[in-house]
Amino acid sequence: MDQIASNIGLLIDFPIVNAAIIIEGLMIGALFALAAYGLALVWGVMNVKNLAQGDFVIGGGYVAWYLNKSFGLHPLLGVVVAFIVMWGIGWVAYKLVISRVIERDLFTSLLATFGLAIMMAQIMNLLFGSDTQSLELDVSFLGLPNTFSFAGGIINLPAAKIIGVLMAAGLATAVILFMKNSRMGQAIRATAQDARAARVLGIDTEKVYSFTFSLNAAICGAAGAIIVMVWVIQPFYGITYSVRAFVIVTAAGLGNLPGVIAAGLGIGAAEQYGAHIFGIQYQQGIAVILLLLVLLYRLLQQRRKRQVLQ
Amino acid sequence: MKLKTIALAVSAMMASAGYAAAADCEPLNIGAAISLTGKYATNGVHTQNGYEFAIKKIDEAGGVKIGDKCYNFKITYYDDESKGDRAATLAERLINQDGMQYMLGPYSSGMTKAIAPVTEKYQIPMIEAEGASRSLFNKGYKYLFAVLSTSEQYLASAVTLMAEKAGELGKDVKDIKVAIAVENDPFSLDIRAGVLEDAERAGMQVVIDEKLPRDLSDMSAILTKVKLVKPDLLIVSGHSKGAATAVRQIGEQQIDTPMIALTHCEAADVVGNFGAAANGILCSTQWAETLSYEDPLFGTAANWEQEFKETYPEYKDKTVPYQSAQASAAVYVFKDAFERAGTLDKEKVREAIAQTDMKTFYGDIRFSEAGNNIAKPMVLRQIQDGKYNVVAPSEFASHKVDFPRRLPTN
Repeated sequence: MDQIASNIGLLIDFPIVNAAIIIEGLMIGALFALAAYGLALVWGVMNVKNLAQGDFVIGGGYVAWYLNKSFGLHPLLGVVVAFIVMWGIGWVAYKLVISRVIERDLFTSLLATFGLAIMMAQIMNLLFGSDTQSLELDVSFLGLPNTFSFAGGIINLPAAKIIGVLMAAGLATAVILFMKNSRMGQAIRATAQDARAARVLGIDTEKVYSFTFSLNAAICGAAGAIIVMVWVIQPFYGITYSVRAFVIVTAAGLGNLPGVIAAGLGIGAAEQYGAHIFGIQYQQGIAVILLLLVLLYRLLQQRRKRQVLQ
Repeated sequence: MKLKTIALAVSAMMASAGYAAAADCEPLNIGAAISLTGKYATNGVHTQNGYEFAIKKIDEAGGVKIGDKCYNFKITYYDDESKGDRAATLAERLINQDGMQYMLGPYSSGMTKAIAPVTEKYQIPMIEAEGASRSLFNKGYKYLFAVLSTSEQYLASAVTLMAEKAGELGKDVKDIKVAIAVENDPFSLDIRAGVLEDAERAGMQVVIDEKLPRDLSDMSAILTKVKLVKPDLLIVSGHSKGAATAVRQIGEQQIDTPMIALTHCEAADVVGNFGAAANGILCSTQWAETLSYEDPLFGTAANWEQEFKETYPEYKDKTVPYQSAQASAAVYVFKDAFERAGTLDKEKVREAIAQTDMKTFYGDIRFSEAGNNIAKPMVLRQIQDGKYNVVAPSEFASHKVDFPRRLPTN
């Protein structure tokens, strides 16, 4: 209790810390939102709850890490390559596994993607070993510092995290525009609304599905390539990102892409606040409690709606 | 004719190298369940290499002499897949089906904790080299012995060093502020307990005491707090992930705490990954190749490392992890105990192990009643210009500690 009181005291004594916490939370939230982004797509379009989401993230991280360590590829280019490579891996995963379970019930697709998650983690473990790995982003060649400090060093913005935020924003905008304007985007939206009707109208839903799933894997891959610069990766860390992606998508509501971003940022900031006040051991607990609150709120909201309908 | 002379010459050479003598020895079976796949695979392999290297050296030196017979160690390995329940099952199998009378330990405290009840039940002596949790040594196990220092000692030496250096900050020991951030797992919590105990005894104030969540590699919330409350000593422990996260974010947030001490710096390769950001950080280690320990089998610590690298070229460009060194030491203790016991009777061998008192390249080894090694201190190394230099305890130190830590220039 004393600890909590003194932590809150710190927030009041040093108001600038609030800004530091919010900024830090938003930067972290942006990365989680990126991982959740593709999940929202796959969930909304294909009704597949992909438990291997986090493993695609870690996979992308390893692509960037491996290319950097073996061929000296710059970590920033690694983000692009990870996007492309994971697109391919996502496509293979779709053809081998997902396409066979897409029409089945929820339980089958959960089992299949869970199996995929275990397979991917073990394969990465065999390929890259179980050590934790990370990459240092050095942007000094651009004449920029690797960390931007403000407010007497209380607020620090590492270049890698800023890039994470920018890329999350860029990717989100690109996907939203793509969905709105492109032919494929329209087909995806049509399939999400009613797959059968879309097929009747001549949309190749099989192609839409494989595209959506590959795109999901690619976005995750790009997120992973950023995460390897910001934190560390290990073959078995995928589950962290899967859990958060689920929390974010559930909180945002299915198919609600702007909502995913807002939920991601919100969870990031709330977690940081919670970690500061209650201690970092409760950081993840905060995310789960938030999810519970959102679900509870939704439930009450729906109940009210139903009453109106009666 | 010519062929025959060559054959003779070759056999003569082999005899001089000690191969021939060892080749006549009978095998002496030891079982080991070890993590060759799964999340501990890297360190599992380090451990296995350490065992195998020691066996090779013992073979070359003429094997294990028990009475007038000689034996060569032969280890049967099973892969526990880094899972505790699997490790326990495999230990049962090694003992019941394969008839193993002796065991070498697995990798990690968790796996050792899973196996120890099994070896205890069947009264099989087990010497382990990789389980440091102090919870292993308060259960009254009689057949478990560990060559390494236990976990609560890991960073306690940093507290001692801080107490010595308090004057240089113009402070009394009682005014020293300590911040602790450890991962929420048994091993790291032991480290925290050791630090808390010593800090309390010295009268220091613990201003931050938090537990890092297991699966999140972000500690910026703690570091922001560190900036505000300005502790004099910052302790972080959380396996490789903790070390990597700490060094990266301490660099990013320009934390200027005068003394920062971590565990697992080598495993996380903080120098290779983060370069200058790692400078000035203190890292605890069980062992370092620059220490002045030696023994008749392996020679000096440096000699052990050099020959290990020759045997396993994959370590050529890096520092050999201490996990391999202590694994070799465990096998060496077995050899010593068998020779002193002079029999294969496992009760007598257990007695002999319990009475071990030897100097090795890895440090002195003497077991307490509980089975942990009480003769070897933990070592603190400081990263100075990208090199790990031993700075504490002072009697083994090769370098002076840089204190207070200078902020690396970006």
